[in-house]
Amino acid sequence: MKFSILVNEGPYTHQAADSAYQFAKAVLAKGHEIYRVFFYHDGVNNATRLTTPPQDDRNIVNRWSKLAEEHKLDLVVCVAAAQRRGIVDEGEAKRNGKDATNLAPGFRISGLGQLIEAGIQAERIVVFGD
Amino acid sequence: MTTKKFMFVNRKAPYGTIYALESLEVVLIGAAFEQDVSLAFMDDGVYQLKKGNQTKGIEMKNFQPTYRALEDYDVTKLYVDQESLTARGLTADDMSVPVEVMSRAEIGKIMEEQDVLLSF
Repeated sequence: MKFSILVNEGPYTHQAADSAYQFAKAVLAKGHEIYRVFFYHDGVNNATRLTTPPQDDRNIVNRWSKLAEEHKLDLVVCVAAAQRRGIVDEGEAKRNGKDATNLAPGFRISGLGQLIEAGIQAERIVVFGD
Repeated sequence: MTTKKFMFVNRKAPYGTIYALESLEVVLIGAAFEQDVSLAFMDDGVYQLKKGNQTKGIEMKNFQPTYRALEDYDVTKLYVDQESLTARGLTADDMSVPVEVMSRAEIGKIMEEQDVLLSF
């Protein structure tokens, strides 16, 4: 089956961020397809490469990047939500006059249309949030 | 483009958290993609539609006018959960836009018919 995943909560604050990852892994392990993972609300904070958890804790951001690389996942961060919360790639930095970028590898920033499209293209969209 | 039935379930108060505002942004994009969009309001989500939200004191933008603009995007299916209204001392007259007030069970039936349910 073809799944899309929506992640609405930030890493470490809310288990939704972990559950979404664990669900994604389980889906892939069962041989299903993930059309897209979309990050919205505080979920966009899953995409900052500046995250530095204690060494004995899981690194939620790196975990997504690794999974994306291994399975060619499409990890999309909502641009409007990202702008509010300071998640920036090179294009956004240029456009908004920012002096730094922090988008982690494997993620891309795009519009909410990508969420609607994820709903259209997938057979199931699974929401992880509060 | 394929048209699917999208329902947006609004469960949170309009202010206090950003869910209601950002949910509304998705609704507008869904409508722009010409999907079959409907909205359900339940729990504290019914406050999103309560007449007369005043936000000056909390220094936030009042986005209530956006709900009135939904009609211009052909988004006219707004369902409000009767039990949630009653629990908060509200009635259909308190709603700032035209809605269909229905029982939780009836909304559940409409949910069954959806292709995509996004809950905020």
